[in-house]
Amino acid sequence: MKEDKHVLSMLVDNEPGVLSRVAGLFSGRGYNIESLCVAETMDPQISRLTIVTKGNEPIIEQIKKQLNKLINVIKVFEMTGQDYVQLELALIKIYAKPENRAEILRIADIFKCKVVDVGQEYYTIEVTGDEGKLSALLNLLKPIGIKEIARTGIVALFREAK
Amino acid sequence: MELTGAQILMLMLKSEGVDTIFGYPGGVVLEIYDELSKTDIRHILVRHEQGAVHAADGYARAGGRVGVCLVTSGPGATNTVTGIASAYCDSIPLVVFTGQVPTHLIGNDAFQEVDIVGITRPCTKHNFLVKHTEDLPRIIREAFYIARSGRPGPVLVDLPKDVGSKKIKFEMPGEVKLRSYNPTYNPNIRQLHKVMELVEKAERPMIFAGGGVILSKGSKELTEFAKKTQIPVTTSLMGLGAFPGSDPLWLGMIGMHGTFRANMATGACDLMIAVGVRFDDRVTGKTDTFASQAKIVHIDIDPTSIRKNIPVTIPVVGDCRIALENLSRLADEAKFGDLQKKRKPWLDQIVDWKSMRPLDYQQDRSGPIKPQYVIEKLYELTKGEAIITTEVGQNQMWTAQYYHFERPSRFITSGGLGCMGFGLPAAIGAQVACPGDLVVDVAGDGSIQMNIQEMATAVQHKLPVKIVILNNGYLGMVRQWQELFYGKRYSHTCMSCAPDFVKLAEAYGAVGLRATQPSEVVPVLKEGLFSSETVIMDFRVASEEGVYPMVPAGAPITEMLLV
Ligand SMILES: Cc1ncc(C[n+]2csc(CCOP(=O)(O)OP(=O)(O)O)c2C)c(N)n1
Ligand SMILES: [Mg+2]
Repeated sequence: MKEDKHVLSMLVDNEPGVLSRVAGLFSGRGYNIESLCVAETMDPQISRLTIVTKGNEPIIEQIKKQLNKLINVIKVFEMTGQDYVQLELALIKIYAKPENRAEILRIADIFKCKVVDVGQEYYTIEVTGDEGKLSALLNLLKPIGIKEIARTGIVALFREAK
Repeated sequence: MELTGAQILMLMLKSEGVDTIFGYPGGVVLEIYDELSKTDIRHILVRHEQGAVHAADGYARAGGRVGVCLVTSGPGATNTVTGIASAYCDSIPLVVFTGQVPTHLIGNDAFQEVDIVGITRPCTKHNFLVKHTEDLPRIIREAFYIARSGRPGPVLVDLPKDVGSKKIKFEMPGEVKLRSYNPTYNPNIRQLHKVMELVEKAERPMIFAGGGVILSKGSKELTEFAKKTQIPVTTSLMGLGAFPGSDPLWLGMIGMHGTFRANMATGACDLMIAVGVRFDDRVTGKTDTFASQAKIVHIDIDPTSIRKNIPVTIPVVGDCRIALENLSRLADEAKFGDLQKKRKPWLDQIVDWKSMRPLDYQQDRSGPIKPQYVIEKLYELTKGEAIITTEVGQNQMWTAQYYHFERPSRFITSGGLGCMGFGLPAAIGAQVACPGDLVVDVAGDGSIQMNIQEMATAVQHKLPVKIVILNNGYLGMVRQWQELFYGKRYSHTCMSCAPDFVKLAEAYGAVGLRATQPSEVVPVLKEGLFSSETVIMDFRVASEEGVYPMVPAGAPITEMLLV
């Protein structure tokens, strides 16, 4: 069966140990986590946890049920297949040799990145976007030389009906 | 009212209706034990914390209540893990209180500190670390509610020493409301109508019931539905007793050591109504050939059980008892035509299978004693009415095959975890829950040594449990696999050194009896079973007897090895 990426967004009790319950469920049952992102919502008692996982349809169904079964998970939403917006933030540290500096800034401009740190040898740029945008940017920067990268993983929300 | 955490614990236990605790004291629970001594709650002092949890498990199953344990931190807590895991696999409602080092020492590698909440996260339904005495009343309420509701299971509550000693103003908490936990009890009636349509059409239907029917107290409804629709019934190991073993519609147990007719019927049926089961691999064998001609209806309160291992035609999420009750009602309006005539070919086929390959063994008069013979006589002498616990291995399977359970909650075994050492403490718990009943632990010579120390618990608390050891001198079930699949190379399965169980019983202040000849089986059973004391009966049985039928692991369940 085909293994697709799925974005799951869930509301959970904002309590110690909840992340470990979710992560433990994935590792204990051999499910995979591509990225995981968690922070408080407007209600300080509730956190939103966004997970990107991979699996065929029965596995994804099972993951959703298992998550729902955790006492601290309030609700699980499957975003994939629905109308939603997703964004990820990345910090990218690039080798900035004099001959590349202009090129880097031009690319950064096209991708609406911000330069957040400038050093003797490196630029650090900040980018937000969906997966497609981030991988296109990384493909362009790779030949120039990426030193380090830090990504947040995807966060996502449903779009409101128009 | 100003109360300490320990006093609040006692009040909350009383308000949850707890009258019995299985436990073992230690440093950080001294305060709690001190308060406990001032209440009328009965405390059963075990000899090992694993025993406390299995005993609470047996108590919960036999008595239909939540079992409660109390142990100390560190080693006391880690000793409970196996028992908790067993209860988790079998969905048994327990609340286990563990002591913990004071909150200011947590994380400091303090003396007898372990992260028991972390350790038991994957084998509890839920667990709590209580950080503030103020949270204690609500957490205890929630713990009991979570343990007993929905698909039941064990809940652990970790109690730091200072949480127990701190004084606060106490208020009794109200009803539990958890926004993230709302089990579905009432099944979708439209789904049940669809089920009935399949039942009307089916030529070769069967019911496959499991522990969920017993947990939901739905045996009566199951029996009524099956009889009304004349559908034969099999059960998993956990479901034994959910349907009367003497009924003509009874197929016997399904699975690896299931009966020939139950497994053949699974292969041939065109409709399987699975209720309160989880399609364990010991049941299904090779999954893609399991009930391959059948449409499958799966009723369970836990949505994760459905479509986990087996594709399902109609899923029904809900309480098994309520679902069966509704189905029974719908069956009154169903159009079956002449039901007797309609079912005849199918039921005749099942009778054929039964007479072709009944459960069978041969007891020669000259010996050796066959283990199956011991169980058959045990069944006859107790008229199928005893509460039977088992250890794990051949002893467990022979009990499942040859003791025909008439009623639910009378067969108590570690099904999902298959945990050796379960039977004796579970029998102790069952005896505490049902003081007037005859409670028998059917044991193997290997398993009984895993929690033999609980003999002292039984004797101290005057619990007259009876232990029937099927002593074959081997870790028999493992030996059987070696015989069949590893060229008879009995690598480390021979227990050539074992205690003299008769003397051992006497050393504990119990009664020890032994049978070495077939003619001694009934006299020993009679003397042992009808004694008013704790008794070990040591039956020296044939050493290389096997459990049959047997489906090799991963094979289709219709491909059985038969003797
Ligand atoms: C705690 C534990 N350890 C190991 C096993 C593996 N095991 C399953 S059956 C069995 C043999 C049990 O021997 P005995 O109690 O003598 O029972 P018999 O099969 O001989 O009736 C073993 C070792 C287990 N189920 N549980
Ligand atoms: Mg043995």
